[in-house]
Amino acid sequence: MTQTAPVTPSSSQALDEIKIGGLGSSRLRVEDSRFIRGRGNYTDDVKLPGMLYMEILRSPLAHARIISIDTSRAWAIPGVRLVLTGEMMAQRNLAWMPTLSYDTQAVLATDKVRFQGQEVCVVVADDPYIAKDGCEAIDVEYEPLPPIVNPEQSAAPGAPVIRDDKQGQVDNTCYRWEVGDREATERAFAEADVVSKLKLHYPRSHPSPIECCGSVADFDPATKKLTVYMTSQAPHIVRSAVALIAELPEHMIRIVSPDVGGGFGNKVPVYPGYVHSILASILLGKPVKWTEDKTGNLISTGFGRDMYLDGEMALRSDGKILAVRMHADTDQGAFFADAQPSKFKIGLMHSTFACYNIGTGYITAQGHYTNKAPGGVAYRCSFRVTEAMFFQERMVQAAADDLGIDQAEFRRVNLLPDDAFPARTPFGFLVDSGQYDKCLQIGLDAIGYEEFRREQAAARAKGRLLGIGISTMTEPLGAGNSREYDILGIKMFDSAELRVHLTGKAILRTGAKTQGQGHETTWAQIVSHELGIPAADVVVEEGDTDTAPYGMGTYASRSTPVAGAAVSMVSRKIRAKARKIAAHLLEVSEEDIEWELGRFFVRGAPERGATIQECAMAAYSNMPDGMEPGLEGNAYYDPPNLTWPFACYIVTVEVDPETGVWDVLRVVAVDDCGVRINPMIVEGQIMGGLTEAYAMSNMQFQTYDAEGNIVGSNYMDYLIPTAWETPGFELHEVVTPCPHHPIGAKGVGECAAVGGPAAFVNAVLDAIAHTGVRNIDMPVLPDRVWTALQTHQDVSGAPPVRNG
Amino acid sequence: MYPSKFGYEAPRSLDELSSLLNRYGDDAKILAGGQSLVPMMKLRFAAPEVLVDINGIPGLDYHREDPDGTLRVGALCRHVTLERSALLAAKHPLMAAAAPLIADPMVRSRGTMVGSICHSDPQGDWASVLLALGGHMVALGPRGRRTIAAGHFSLGPFQNALQPDEIALEAVIPAPTGQRSGTYLKLERRVGDFATAGVAMALETSDGRVVRAGIALTGVGPSNIAATEAAQALVGKPLSEESIEQAAQLAAAAAQPRGDHRGSAAFKRHVVATFIRRGLARGEAVAA
Ligand SMILES: Cc1cc2nc3c(=O)[nH]c(=O)nc-3n(C[C@H](O)[C@H](O)[C@H](O)COP(=O)(O)OP(=O)(O)OC[C@H]3O[C@@H](n4cnc5c(N)ncnc54)[C@H](O)[C@@H]3O)c2cc1C
Repeated sequence: MTQTAPVTPSSSQALDEIKIGGLGSSRLRVEDSRFIRGRGNYTDDVKLPGMLYMEILRSPLAHARIISIDTSRAWAIPGVRLVLTGEMMAQRNLAWMPTLSYDTQAVLATDKVRFQGQEVCVVVADDPYIAKDGCEAIDVEYEPLPPIVNPEQSAAPGAPVIRDDKQGQVDNTCYRWEVGDREATERAFAEADVVSKLKLHYPRSHPSPIECCGSVADFDPATKKLTVYMTSQAPHIVRSAVALIAELPEHMIRIVSPDVGGGFGNKVPVYPGYVHSILASILLGKPVKWTEDKTGNLISTGFGRDMYLDGEMALRSDGKILAVRMHADTDQGAFFADAQPSKFKIGLMHSTFACYNIGTGYITAQGHYTNKAPGGVAYRCSFRVTEAMFFQERMVQAAADDLGIDQAEFRRVNLLPDDAFPARTPFGFLVDSGQYDKCLQIGLDAIGYEEFRREQAAARAKGRLLGIGISTMTEPLGAGNSREYDILGIKMFDSAELRVHLTGKAILRTGAKTQGQGHETTWAQIVSHELGIPAADVVVEEGDTDTAPYGMGTYASRSTPVAGAAVSMVSRKIRAKARKIAAHLLEVSEEDIEWELGRFFVRGAPERGATIQECAMAAYSNMPDGMEPGLEGNAYYDPPNLTWPFACYIVTVEVDPETGVWDVLRVVAVDDCGVRINPMIVEGQIMGGLTEAYAMSNMQFQTYDAEGNIVGSNYMDYLIPTAWETPGFELHEVVTPCPHHPIGAKGVGECAAVGGPAAFVNAVLDAIAHTGVRNIDMPVLPDRVWTALQTHQDVSGAPPVRNG
Repeated sequence: MYPSKFGYEAPRSLDELSSLLNRYGDDAKILAGGQSLVPMMKLRFAAPEVLVDINGIPGLDYHREDPDGTLRVGALCRHVTLERSALLAAKHPLMAAAAPLIADPMVRSRGTMVGSICHSDPQGDWASVLLALGGHMVALGPRGRRTIAAGHFSLGPFQNALQPDEIALEAVIPAPTGQRSGTYLKLERRVGDFATAGVAMALETSDGRVVRAGIALTGVGPSNIAATEAAQALVGKPLSEESIEQAAQLAAAAAQPRGDHRGSAAFKRHVVATFIRRGLARGEAVAA
């Protein structure tokens, strides 16, 4: 134990929180030490004795009836151990599985294939090359059916019914949903001076983590225990799902998420590949590894967005918003497999306009089955808030233009004022806190708004096209609470378990699962903040269901709001016990004990104290009579509300009038995510989010041609920006502590990816405002800008892509 | 990803290579930088029986000028070498402009110019450069060396004029007859992307007149396209706004683009014309 400097009785001996790596310290990420040395341990690094390898044969067609499958040539290849077909799955009642959105999904196709890339057969072999050879040796005869690649085709009269497997399914409607006050909204529109309209498509994109999905399933025939190493953002949910669906006893299932190489929502769902590897391991009694390739990941796993929005806003001529009305059509692909825990069919779409006072509103939505990949929908986003905020901010700009009011001023008029909180939105959310005007002003000052406007006018006179776009937004982060959010009935709480060892070092486990967010670093900082144990003395473990407390995983920016809160709460429990021990050590009653960071002391005699480490030692060696030994505990946290960060993103661009290419000049970001645990990690999250926002707006999307062939099935076509294109970001901070979170933190991981795209698109449209074009669908590709400049018409990016 | 089974040979000399090609014929594929072949193999679009890796053959990684100014680029000269070449920076503006626009730094450090031209991808940039410069390929086979003009080398997408037992030894750019200028302009969606449209422009001027011109187009047809008429419109007179505009129109007309997710056919044609205007009229072409 280090000797503290001699002190005068009145001076505090509290530790310097920044020095011990507590709250507010930008300590380096501890996990990086192994990642940058190539010492990470990902699912594909797991190698078990006798392990076999699995490969999936995927459908080349988007929509076709399966006439026959001949696997005999595959079975004949030396080294092939198992070939699974849909028929074989059906015999075990495993051809279909439930999705997290209460639909079903084919595990292996039996009757039809419903999207290009769908899983048709599985080959397990001695090595992955043979498994691939096996797939190539399978002969499948298809009878092609007309493919459907957008909601319009899906809803057209006479369209082929994609889900003819479902009883009572007579068309391609997947769901219908509405929220808000229809009549009040109609009245508001009747009173409006101006009605502003906007129609757009938020294109399909893919989270595309660098590590694809995969699993190593290891069923031990002797013990009957199933261990699955897999790429999951939510291992406990998988354990429960396997127990409930496969009817295996839950205590005999162990799910381990080792290091996860990025998730972004892609690794929440349970994919057929996981199920195949589990069944194969059970059938063969050997470990079976499945490592998805990049194309498999891009064409078959959880995508994001693909939503068509048609909305309007009722406005008073002085700039006041009176109401918002919109309809959303969502392209769900072949199976309704959204991995989202809300009771709402369209996720949190109705969080749209939550930062504005819009009076009233009404939203309708319809989901459509199409012959496209299913599932996912949350790409770095709390269940469709990305579409919600994108539409909101595009609509706000269009409305300001229609009214002839400056876009910043229009926001000022309608943003919620600081004294409005907690504020109930017309769609039922309770927005907790914020300082919206301040954030906006910091952003405008940073970019030099007025000056840019002058520069823009001068440039315009010389034929140069400059533009500025703003996006301001709040979003609901941190599902649950348990009243409204659950997965398969399991409430959306989270958990933490903390054990302080005798020497004052500790191990913390949570029910979350880091995939790049830096939990191993930041959770230790929360413990450090609560207990004064240096962050370096706390090791963090997640992802093994045999050891971690039950939790709902990491996505939707929920880790800090929920699991992070649980870390605080468990630390406080530990502190409460340590206080009793301190009273015992200092021989005073507990009421006379005071706490300062790292140390208890006697009220009125501050030189008499016991450090947290001394208390830990005593918990095992010198506990008071009648006290249970040890210093450990756990906490389950059910958040009272979602957390509501706010952000203001401002982007300036220059558009090349001849080629339609646009360059980003500056990006200013003002983020208020409440108290920042590790400012460096927060900034990393914001920069990553802004990069993805830029990507969405500029290049990154998936589309389909009329035959249902996916465009964007590899990294030549699915463009992810490199350091070369990605603009620089100027970050600013405002702190409005979350009123209901133990340390005042809010979610932040997704803000920039959610709010950012509109700022880029608004900037490009501002640059070509003279054309009167209201919308160019993302990504705002050069040819789309050029077309807008030529035709002065809106440019749709909806599939099918037109070839030829 | 897992390619089909293949054999692997690594000859140490051109003679050894020659006998291997003789032995395997059609079953063999030459491996140079591997930046096109390996991706095709891992996707199983290509499944050669035998890979013949030429990287161990000494003396092929050159680029040098003959005394008369003829430039020779050997089969193992990497993109990155050309990108950093002082010789090209000083005397070959079109090549110097094109090299850094090929792919990304990782690909450039392995891939070769000769391999790129052999690959005959209509979106490959080097084949346009060679066309615009009026260059040729030198093939080496059991019957000795032969010369194949750039315009005859590619037979269509991913098909070239080499015999199975031939290797492309080098790419050759003839000596200039006048003062060289030119540039390469490429519209790409992102670094490392193939061209939405690319235009190679090579001029030689003497006494204020254009004495030779070459224009070739990338990504706007089933092969790289030599826009011969467009180039011809520039020759025999001083470069002028009129001749450039004429060339721009003719080049756009020579393009045979298809609309796809990179852009419509009309857009690609427009970009071709725009690049010619930019490359020639606005001094965006670098003088040697
Ligand atoms: C991510 C990525 C981006 C790319 N972007 C671009 C781009 O923007 N522009 C562009 O032009 N290219 C691009 N390329 C292709 C790249 O330039 C390749 O390097 C080039 O096309 C092939 O050269 P290589 O030496 O790698 O040939 P390899 O891949 O080794 O071979 C290609 C083909 O040529 C044959 N071959 C090679 N050398 C010889 C020889 N000497 N004689 C006979 N046959 C031979 C091979 O058998 C094979 O069929 C890209 C590649 C990648 C992976």
